[in-house]
Parts: sequence; C-alpha cells; structure tokens
Amino acid sequence: MQNLGIIFRRELMGYFATPLAYVFIVIFLITNGIFTFDLGGFYARGQADLMPFFSFHPWLYLFMVPAIAMALWADERKTGTIELLLTLPVRLSDAVLGKFLAAWALTGLALLLTFPIWITVNYLGDPDNGVIVAGYIGSWFMAGAYLAIGSCLSACTRNPVIAFILTVSICFLFVIMGSPVLLNAFPDWMPQGIIDAVAALGFLTHFDAIAKGVLDIRDVLYFSVFIAAWLLASAIVIEIKKAN
Amino acid sequence: MIEIRNLTRKFDQVVAVDDLSFEVREGEVLGFLGPNGAGKSTTMKVITGFLAPSAGSVTIDGFDIGGKPLEAKALIGYLPEGAPCYGDMTTLEFLRFIARIRGFRGEEAERRIAGVMGDVALESVAHQTIETLSKGFKRRVGLAQAILHDPKVLILDEPTDGLDPNQKNHVRELIRNLAKDKIVVVSTHILEEVTAVCTRAIIIDEGRIVADGTPAELEARSRYHQAVELRLVGEVDLAAELAEVAEIAGVEQDPADNASFTILSRGKPIFARVSQLAQQRQWPVEEFHVRRGQLEDVFRTVTEGAAGNQAAAETGAAASH
Repeated sequence: MQNLGIIFRRELMGYFATPLAYVFIVIFLITNGIFTFDLGGFYARGQADLMPFFSFHPWLYLFMVPAIAMALWADERKTGTIELLLTLPVRLSDAVLGKFLAAWALTGLALLLTFPIWITVNYLGDPDNGVIVAGYIGSWFMAGAYLAIGSCLSACTRNPVIAFILTVSICFLFVIMGSPVLLNAFPDWMPQGIIDAVAALGFLTHFDAIAKGVLDIRDVLYFSVFIAAWLLASAIVIEIKKAN
Repeated sequence: MIEIRNLTRKFDQVVAVDDLSFEVREGEVLGFLGPNGAGKSTTMKVITGFLAPSAGSVTIDGFDIGGKPLEAKALIGYLPEGAPCYGDMTTLEFLRFIARIRGFRGEEAERRIAGVMGDVALESVAHQTIETLSKGFKRRVGLAQAILHDPKVLILDEPTDGLDPNQKNHVRELIRNLAKDKIVVVSTHILEEVTAVCTRAIIIDEGRIVADGTPAELEARSRYHQAVELRLVGEVDLAAELAEVAEIAGVEQDPADNASFTILSRGKPIFARVSQLAQQRQWPVEEFHVRRGQLEDVFRTVTEGAAGNQAAAETGAAASH
C-alpha cells in the first residue's frame, strides 16, 4: 500500500517534470471551451446547466486520454525501466494501480480546472449544482475507463504510437456501442436482448444518465468494474509480455 | 546464499537457460562469463525475479524468488543491463524514489543517498535530469540505486560497460570493497575484470555451465598454462630436440615471428627443465619466460564451436522481432 503511494507520486511528478501535464491541461481546457461555447451553443440554449459541456466529453476523451495512457507501460518497456521497477520489492498490483491512479489524478485535475465554466453558469443563471457535481464525477469515472483501456494496450507494445492508435480504436468502439448509429445498424432479426446487452456495455448509455444528473449506483459500478477488469488485464499482459 | 536448482528458461522454442544449478555463498564475487546470447542476462533476470523460470527454482537466503518475491527482492540490489533509470528525474529525485521504495525515510534516507552519491561520485550531477547525463554517469546512477540499501546480494549486469578506464577501475574497487560479507554476481565479457575482482568464475554457453572455478583454476586449464616462451637468434629444431622430454606436450611456432616458440607443458612446471636443456645444448636464446594461462584461452576453448549456432540463434531472434 505504501509502495502504491510512492509510485503514484513518482508518476505524477513525472508528468509535471516534462511539459506533458501542462500541454495536456491547456489543450484540454481550450478544446473544452470551444466545444462548450461554440459547438455546444452554451449561450444560445438559454439553459442554466452544463449539458453541452459534458456531452462532448466522450469525444474529447477519445483523443486526449489515450495520449496520456500510451506511455504508461510502453515507455517503461522501451527504456528498460520496467526491469528496474519490477525487481524492486514492489507488487505488480501496486505498480499497475499507482501508475493508473497518477494518470487518473492528472485527468481529474484537468477536469477540476474547468471550474470557470461552472462559475459562468452560476453567474448567468441558477443551475442545479447537484446535477453538475454528478456530471463531474461521471465524467471523471469515464476518463478512468478510457485510461484503464489505455493502460492495458500500452502494456501490449513498446511503441507508444501503436498503443495510442489501439487505445483510440478500442475506446471508440466502446463509445459507439451505446449510440443509436451502431444499434440501428444491427439487422432486424437480431434478438433485442443482444442489442440491449451491447448497448449496456457502451460508455454513452451510462454516461448520459450521469450527465443528466442521475448518479445511479449501477452506472458508477459499471465504470468501476470496467476499470478493475482492464487493470487486471494490464497486469496479466505485463506479466506475459515483459520477457520480450 | 543464492541457490539455483535446475533452472531452465525458455522463450517460445528457444532455450536460453538450460538446467542450470549452482550456489553462491557469502563473500564470493562470482564472475558470470559467456559469449553474447549465452544466457547470462536471462539468468540474472530470473535470479532477480524479473522473469519467472520455466522450470527449477532460485532461492535467495532461503526465500524462493517465486514464492516470497518481496522478501527476496528486498535482499537484492540489481543493476540491469544498460542501467535503465527514469530519465525525467534528477539524480537526487531518482535516488529518493528508490530510497522510499526500499523503506528508508527522513534522515536515514538522506544519509544513505549522500553515502552512495559519494561512493560513485555523483555529487556534481545531483540536480541534473538523468536523460541529460553521459553514459558513464548514467551507469553510476544505476550502480548507486543498486547499492543504496546495502544489499546482501548484489547482481550487476555488465557494470563497467561504457565506462572509461579510470571509471572502470573505480567501479572494480567499489565492488571489491562491497564484497566483504556479501554475495556479488557480476556478468561481463571483459576477462581482465574477472581476474581483477572475482573470487570465482562461471563460464556459461548455450545456457549451460561449461567451466566453474577460481580464476586461477580456470587459467590452469589453459593449454598455455605453465608454458615457456623462447625467442632464439639462431636455427634450432626445437620440436625434434624436445620430442623425447616427457613433461613437454609440444612446441608451437609463433606465426607472426618465426624466431619465437611456445613450449607447452603437460600441466607441471617445465621452466627448470627447459632452462637446463637450453644451457646443456647451447641454444642461442634471446628471451625466455614462463607464460601464465590466460582466461581468454580457456574461454575460447570451452565456448568454441558454439559461435556458429549462436549466429543462427541471433538471426532467428532478429527475425522474430
């Protein structure tokens, strides 16, 4: 447990030792602003809520989060530090979790720094702040799901660019799983149960509910289990692939 | 004590380490030798718990590296091949990270960090990020992290690779000083290093032990052990003259210098006998000295014939990447 904290700190320090964290946060804030105010029609809607802000997050994360996740393990393998890390008296689970939590904390920080939007909406109107808090929590959990996929795929290769492309692809699959575009593409003879199951696995199904202010325990559980499963897969992949 | 029992490690179909068994005791500095691709690094990776063995076991002071990895790893200091370190950290930050993982806090941690930075002369680069350091400094940062917790077992994969002669000397001295009550395993392909620091040497080839002994014992296995070298200024048919002498195994002429000869012994000292003959028969001797066996000769003899196979294995490995 102690080692988890030490690895977490080292990783987080690593993000801020290079321009990575700053670039990520700045670009995240700028794109969020463009999406919300320009494309989302924040003012035109005339509603005091953050729906336009949150509804773009699945698409924003699709490119931003894999950029953080791609280096998680691929870099360790490329530079050989994985051999150093895993021969220290450290559990593999501590290493996997510590790295994941550091990256998740970075996305959390970027998300928190969007607070001027929250101030704006409170200045202009009288929003339901409970809904907004639920939206933030849901968005953060969804970012964690993207990161967990990224952690696993980053462990598959020593090339961060390949890890990035793979992560974007798999994340995209999970985003569109719950969208009508994909669900309508299923042939009519497909049993409704399967279509529902596919939809239930998608990010959007769970995130939309949270973004609307319904913080259902099942949606939070979905993201938690999803993250845990992909992190477990990361540990297994690392164990298998570290030899080559 | 390190006990390695019937250790085998396979990569897909390639057997990198093949049924290896040996022990290393406190106070021993074991030189681990072998051609490239012989299985040195793989063996070290298994001993340090990075790779799991395909078969067999490794125990460090009674802790099985598979069964009790945290306890075993706590006893080990390891410098992996190429001395990988986190390049985005400064030397000091990196050593602080290692100290924390090794369980040191506060003053104790700072005291140890200052100690190892002094040992390997890193003070001047304490606040530089590691990726900006020269190869020699990086290697020393790697060494510093390996010895920070004063480990009982020190495993160093090519510790002097990339260092200049002064630094090499310094590292060898460091290893000798550290070795007192510890177990040190050093892999290298610099043979002079073995003679300089090791109390024991194991030569492995194709994953198997082909020689094991003190450097002196191994040198004794050289065909040039106890041989006598002569340089003559006139014509003497040495082979014929020495043919009937029982202790002498043969005579070799130096292909580069026709006047130089090496008289091979059958293992016993022949200096006195040859010297006596030279006086009796009035050979026109210009130079005359005893050769020590060279580890290099032994190395070449015991790993001979493997070169072809190894080239094939390397091509195979390259293709699979």
